[in-house]
Amino acid sequence: MTAMTSNTPMRLAGVALCAGLWSILTTLPALAVTLAVSCSAVAVEFRLCTEAARQWAEQTGNEVRMISTPASASERLALYQQLLAAQSAAIDVLQIDVVWPGILGSHLVDLSPAMDGATRQAHFPTTIDNNTIDGRLVAMPWFTNVGLLYYRRDLLERYGRPVPDSWASLAETARVVMEGERSSGRRLWGYVFQARAYEGLTVNALEWVGSFGGGTIIDRAGRVTINNPAAIEAIDGAASWMRRITPPGVLNYAEEETRGVFQTGRAVFMRNWPYAWPLVNGPDSPVRGLVGVALLPRGREDGSAAILGGEGLAVSRYSRHPQEAASLVRYLVSRAEQKRRAIEGGFNPTIRDLYDDPEVLATNPLLRTLRRSFEEAAVRPAAQSGSRYNQVSARFWSAVHAVLSAQMRAGAALVRLERDLARIGFARR
Amino acid sequence: MTGPGAGSPLARAKRRAALPFLLPLIVTLLLVAGWPLLRTVWLSLTDARLEAGLAPHFVGIANYTYLLSDPEWWSAVRNTVVFAVTSVALETVLGVLIALALNEKMRGRGILRAAMLIPWAIPTVVAAQMWNWMLHDQYGVVNQALLALGVVQDPVAFTADPDLALWTVIAVDVWKATPFMVLLSLAALQLLPDEIYEAAEIDGLGPVGRFFRITLPLIRPALMVAVTFRSLDALRVFDLMYILTGNSAAAASMSVYARQHLVDFQDVGYGSAAATALFLMIAALTSLLVIAGRIQAAPEEDDR
Amino acid sequence: MTWRRTRRRLGRLLLALLLVVIFLYATLPFIWAIATSLRTGAALFDPSPFAALPTLDNYRSALGGRTFLRSIANSVAVAGSVVLLSLLIGLTAGYALGRTSFRGRRLLLATILAVSMFPQVAVLSGMFELIRVLGLYDNLLALTLSYMIFTLPFTVWVLATFMRNLPIELEEAAMVDGATTMVVLTRIFLPLLAPALVTTGLISFIAAWNEFLFALTFTLTDEKRTVPVAIALMTGSSAFELPWGQIMAASVIVTVPLVALVLVFQRRIAAGLVAGAVKG
Repeated sequence: MTAMTSNTPMRLAGVALCAGLWSILTTLPALAVTLAVSCSAVAVEFRLCTEAARQWAEQTGNEVRMISTPASASERLALYQQLLAAQSAAIDVLQIDVVWPGILGSHLVDLSPAMDGATRQAHFPTTIDNNTIDGRLVAMPWFTNVGLLYYRRDLLERYGRPVPDSWASLAETARVVMEGERSSGRRLWGYVFQARAYEGLTVNALEWVGSFGGGTIIDRAGRVTINNPAAIEAIDGAASWMRRITPPGVLNYAEEETRGVFQTGRAVFMRNWPYAWPLVNGPDSPVRGLVGVALLPRGREDGSAAILGGEGLAVSRYSRHPQEAASLVRYLVSRAEQKRRAIEGGFNPTIRDLYDDPEVLATNPLLRTLRRSFEEAAVRPAAQSGSRYNQVSARFWSAVHAVLSAQMRAGAALVRLERDLARIGFARR
Repeated sequence: MTGPGAGSPLARAKRRAALPFLLPLIVTLLLVAGWPLLRTVWLSLTDARLEAGLAPHFVGIANYTYLLSDPEWWSAVRNTVVFAVTSVALETVLGVLIALALNEKMRGRGILRAAMLIPWAIPTVVAAQMWNWMLHDQYGVVNQALLALGVVQDPVAFTADPDLALWTVIAVDVWKATPFMVLLSLAALQLLPDEIYEAAEIDGLGPVGRFFRITLPLIRPALMVAVTFRSLDALRVFDLMYILTGNSAAAASMSVYARQHLVDFQDVGYGSAAATALFLMIAALTSLLVIAGRIQAAPEEDDR
Repeated sequence: MTWRRTRRRLGRLLLALLLVVIFLYATLPFIWAIATSLRTGAALFDPSPFAALPTLDNYRSALGGRTFLRSIANSVAVAGSVVLLSLLIGLTAGYALGRTSFRGRRLLLATILAVSMFPQVAVLSGMFELIRVLGLYDNLLALTLSYMIFTLPFTVWVLATFMRNLPIELEEAAMVDGATTMVVLTRIFLPLLAPALVTTGLISFIAAWNEFLFALTFTLTDEKRTVPVAIALMTGSSAFELPWGQIMAASVIVTVPLVALVLVFQRRIAAGLVAGAVKG
């Protein structure tokens, strides 16, 4: 193992030679190869990924080299695009965001031959669908994510309010608590979420729209559906929070700004990803032990506010060793590996029956709540928008941003959005 | 013309020497800039995209006509011009003022000058993130200070408020780039001989009169060089806006627009057109600036 | 007489006040950065100046990171070589453009300036292709070479304007004595140009030191990363968390040497840059 961490070419050559000899001796057809793997550079994720990749390398007699990429998703995507458009073989296996399959799909290998039916069926169907572009399985889901409602348990108790299950009751509760607290001189806001002009606003807004049954901008058949009464109601509803229960600054909040406000006790409710849970409960957190977490509220009984986040693994078409790379992906997304990552790193598996696994459930009490979310979750229209996804999303988030900053009403904004989408090739029917 | 007439032996000898002296520059620039720039101009006339297996087709000036019809582009043009004009003007005035103050003989002047350069030495990306944090409406130190001083009743959402976002970006740029102007103005000021001021004292000019009548005309050519290079950077501004306000249309610059299409939307052809249009605009504005500077400066200059 | 003295005193007091304001204006954000770099966890979100006991944890984790020191060394190597190369090319070209007259001189100067009018992101793809054709991908030389695109125009322009204003007599005398152009340049002009060289060199150094986009795209492995990229690669304990304290610590670490550099060279800088431009 220590030899493998060394990067001197001599060592590498030596290891490769030994592995090569070994594979010849064991009459395996292929020589040992070195795969360049780019998984997230985040501390725990990087460690888990490295360990697993090395394990695979050891079992197959190959070699892996870890490539670290920027923490910011948009910078990582730009880097991948640059490498792939230049047909560079620098990275073999890439960790990609749930909305990137359409964008990068033409540069990725079809993994369906490498993943048998049983392997695919073990995953949540939405996650497999999401990675299928024009019938090609361009990535395998690795872990999944969904937005949650964080609330201040102590404040809800003080004012005798239940955890809201609808947006209307969230707004009402926020108002009651804010008025009560402000009359005793504390600066407090009701609800903070991500409304900066970026991908995160698309997720937030689709959660509102979805919870009213308003769809996901473009349906699976490729038709633009966003201009509908439910979507208008949802987005106008969100605009009505502005300055009443939501600080105007939210228009420039991404995840961390939101957490900063909530964690310092300046908000009653927060929408965020599960990552915030250990942090708001950290030893130095002012709201430690005062926070509860629930599924996001609904707009209508039959609506669902869950929009999937998460990441998958893909193989570059320009890889010199696509077979081995696919084998590594199969290893990394396997049930055993997802289980280990769930237990050691808190990553939500994409394999369904792991949500019944007592060992997994024991480490993460949120999972029981989350499972329901994952089952009914929708995905952003990444597959149907193909390489235009970012454009669709940017049009959508800027429309919502305009509504939230009171420059427009949702009705007018969505009419314009529909027209903009038609201009880039997406029709209403 | 510099030196003796063009026909003199010295001039001829020097002209012969010029080419080999220019060669390294020309070769290096052709190598590093030739291909990337020509490629951008060529792609701006095609429908190239980042996807695999799509050969670019020549589309003429279609990208440019689309560009001119896009209101978002025009809003980016407006933002860029407002940003560049305001920030460069402020930086120039502030830079000269600070340089004048730092030019006075004072104890601790050296430390002050070094301190003045700190904003310029911090990587832009980091500086922008730092300001984003400090300007936060809820936990930002700027709002905290303004509240404590009673300047504002409620925290100000500097980067989120569409009416404030662009001005906030300008303010941060002024902080970041004024040192550059200070540096250049200071250098120019230090070259002025003391006798000029002594003469002025005898003429009974006050400090303000002295500045406008004597100092400014003398340092103006130096300022023009500084203003030119600052303007080139300001017109291409990207990092500050991208980090402080994301892709918010209220403050997006032409570079932000170009990047969004070139990278985020994979529209290489269209994004290249946006980039080339920005280039053309900068070229036009720079020529104007150079011409204006030359005409004004003409009386004091020989024909160069 | 007393009125005059009072006025002068008042003037000096105002000046002192102005200088204090300038000092605070320039340094307060940096001081806040230092304060932030001494904080961890929830204290980062606290705007009060004395939120928590200062800790050096961020510095420890920044310096203890996989390859941060290596990145600093890389940055020094890249920025240093950029300065050397652009000064070398700038000097010879500056001489030709500043001291001789030939047809197309203006056009050449304008073309050189035009190189710095394209947004960097538009140049990226073409530059990347070039780097790969030259076989320099994941090689620090790729950075040195690509940074020429923004350091050369500035260096050449400033040095050319500067050289124009050196007195012609110097050169003539030497040439009459039979000195070659090279000798004139290195023996006579170089010493006179020292302040300008220091200033343009420092400006190129800072530009190369802070560059991010090329550095991210043209290198791949941690051993080849430069400082701004290393900072962008810093991550928190989970995907969305921004390791803000650590980023600030790393920024302070890399800014301090630059400030020191400025302190060391400031006499030269002050005497330098636009001396040539002043007259033309």
